[in-house]
Amino acid sequence: MSAEVVLASGGLDCHLMSGCGFPAPGAEIFQFDAVFSFTIGSLVFNISKVTILLMIVVIVIIGFFLYAFRRPQLVPRGSQNIGELGYLFVRDGIAREAMGKEGDKFVPFLFSFFFLIWLSNFVGIVPFAQIPITSIFAIPVAFALIVYLTWVPLGIYRQGFGPFFKNMLFPPGVPKAMYGLLAPIEFISNIVVRPFTHSVRLFANMFAGHLLIASFSVASFYLISASLIGILGSVASFAVTIALTGFEILIQALQAYIFTLLTAVYISGALHAEH
Amino acid sequence: MNVFAALSTVITASGGEGGEEMPSVLAVPIDELVIGIIAFLVVFGVLGKLALPKIKETLEERTNTIEGGIKRAEEAQAEAQRSLDEYKTLLAQGREEASAIRTQAQADRTAIIEEARSEARVAAAQVTAAAEAQMAAERAQATAALTRQVGEMAVGLAGKVIGQALTEDARVRATVDDFLTDLEQQAAR
Repeated sequence: MSAEVVLASGGLDCHLMSGCGFPAPGAEIFQFDAVFSFTIGSLVFNISKVTILLMIVVIVIIGFFLYAFRRPQLVPRGSQNIGELGYLFVRDGIAREAMGKEGDKFVPFLFSFFFLIWLSNFVGIVPFAQIPITSIFAIPVAFALIVYLTWVPLGIYRQGFGPFFKNMLFPPGVPKAMYGLLAPIEFISNIVVRPFTHSVRLFANMFAGHLLIASFSVASFYLISASLIGILGSVASFAVTIALTGFEILIQALQAYIFTLLTAVYISGALHAEH
Repeated sequence: MNVFAALSTVITASGGEGGEEMPSVLAVPIDELVIGIIAFLVVFGVLGKLALPKIKETLEERTNTIEGGIKRAEEAQAEAQRSLDEYKTLLAQGREEASAIRTQAQADRTAIIEEARSEARVAAAQVTAAAEAQMAAERAQATAALTRQVGEMAVGLAGKVIGQALTEDARVRATVDDFLTDLEQQAAR
């Protein structure tokens, strides 16, 4: 439970039976004041805790993989083993899974997404950091935007403008009469909604997970009071907080995997007409 | 629950009434968006340029090494198999040749022995024939000489006994011949 949560939710003196209602954490735990700001052109950059954490994550990822792959050996040792595990997971489990051998070209792209998102999610349960970077909506939106701006031009480049949209809006093997209904649906689902669902899926999972953990940790603090029910409730809430944290570890990896796999699937669809 | 509380905050805030100070959690500030994009591009740029090509190369090299090793082993095995086959063929050929040579030698030996035997037989026959001819000649000669000598001695003796020369007398010669014929018959018996 971070200090922000405690302070944001009613202060240290707020407990059960102290005449203080349960200070349920809300959207405010996802708001961070700018630590400092600077201006480039007309755009003001507010550097908050989240953006600083994101920079740290970037540095950690780059640092680790540069170190792990600094002089790769045929017979791997130590950090190279771990790095290779990650590389092979992305290559075989995501890129080749979605695109076959052709996916090898996109491994660095997918690899960067997977580890950036995974670590950004993981920050949510790191003591003192304790905010999943991806629960700040702008971050998943940024990632989904990059993916969107990759697969759409790629599809147009590889298939040609006409065929790309024709294959998407008028998939073969459908009765002609259905196209009137299908084409708008396909257009909305692929071109309009897809980047939104792609980002919201990641954001909402991390947002909800963090809110749950915050709620139970606030509850376990709030329920500490001179009553049996309070103590029992506090202990139970704390146990649930621990369990949810464990569950979050799973969700963090899973969401990173899903985001990256969907990226691979979108790229795969752009490379070839969908069947 | 709390999630609903948060969502209600979201909805009120995104409602844009301006009643609350709190910005929506669904707000997308441009600066955070830009920072997010830059964060990805930095990771992608650095790892894609510096770290991942190296590991890709290493993994390919490893695959090649392993596949190369397997291929080399297969080649070596094929080579060994070829050598073994060749060796077996040669061995079989050698055996065949040896047996052929043995058979040939057997035949040759028989032939040689047979030839030698027939040559020896011919030579022996020749020698025998020559010896017989010589013996016959010698005997004839000896017989002639003996006949003459014995005749002369007998005539000489008879002449001395009867005191007269009977050299040219045909009756004497006939008597001598009869006598000698008798002698020969006795000897042959």
